[in-house]
Amino acid sequence: MTIKIVESHFEPWQEVQIYQNAQAALTDKAGAAAVFVGTMRDFNAGHTVSGMRLEYYPGMTEKQLEKVISQANTQWQMLDCLLIHRVGDILPHEAIVLVAVWSFHRGDALDACRYLIDSLKTQAPFWKKERIGDSACWVAGNTKGYYAIE
Amino acid sequence: MSVKVRYFASLRERLGRSEDELVFFAPLTAHAIWERANPDLPMPDNTLVAVNMDYVKLDVLVNDGDEIAFFPPVTGG
Repeated sequence: MTIKIVESHFEPWQEVQIYQNAQAALTDKAGAAAVFVGTMRDFNAGHTVSGMRLEYYPGMTEKQLEKVISQANTQWQMLDCLLIHRVGDILPHEAIVLVAVWSFHRGDALDACRYLIDSLKTQAPFWKKERIGDSACWVAGNTKGYYAIE
Repeated sequence: MSVKVRYFASLRERLGRSEDELVFFAPLTAHAIWERANPDLPMPDNTLVAVNMDYVKLDVLVNDGDEIAFFPPVTGG
């Protein structure tokens, strides 16, 4: 299980490939991999967003991420997982977060991946501040994750 | 007793500082720590609180050497 908090741009799909290639056990055993990639949009609530700054709480953020992975491990059979989250200044179309889960079976991989990203969004101390025009404002809260109920 | 008080994100900007060192002589709850550190500002309703990097309720007692943090709802991912 690997957690990375990174301050510069990362390529999520490359990270998944590199990680999987480096873990021989995944090649032999994993029958399923589920991947979630969160990317910065260039709009929010009808406004054009030109960039974003992501702040976090060093130490607590990692601790809470370890906790949600540990909770997922008690519910689903995970062979491995890779979680990467950006902090600092981010531009539209750059990746914000990667959650990849490898498991024996699809149910465990998909459910654990969903649980990890949803738990991260409510428990891990990260905060987004968006640049809109000449001003910047803090994002008040995360959505439920569906267009219809945003 | 001494505790470090930390503030993050919009709360840090609103207060104009990122941390306080607070000295007191009897155990205080997390809520009392806020009132001691910010006597002129009621705690915003949606504030989250952590002691030693774990979420806590406002009635938890804070001990000597602890780090307590106050911050707004998280918006990562």
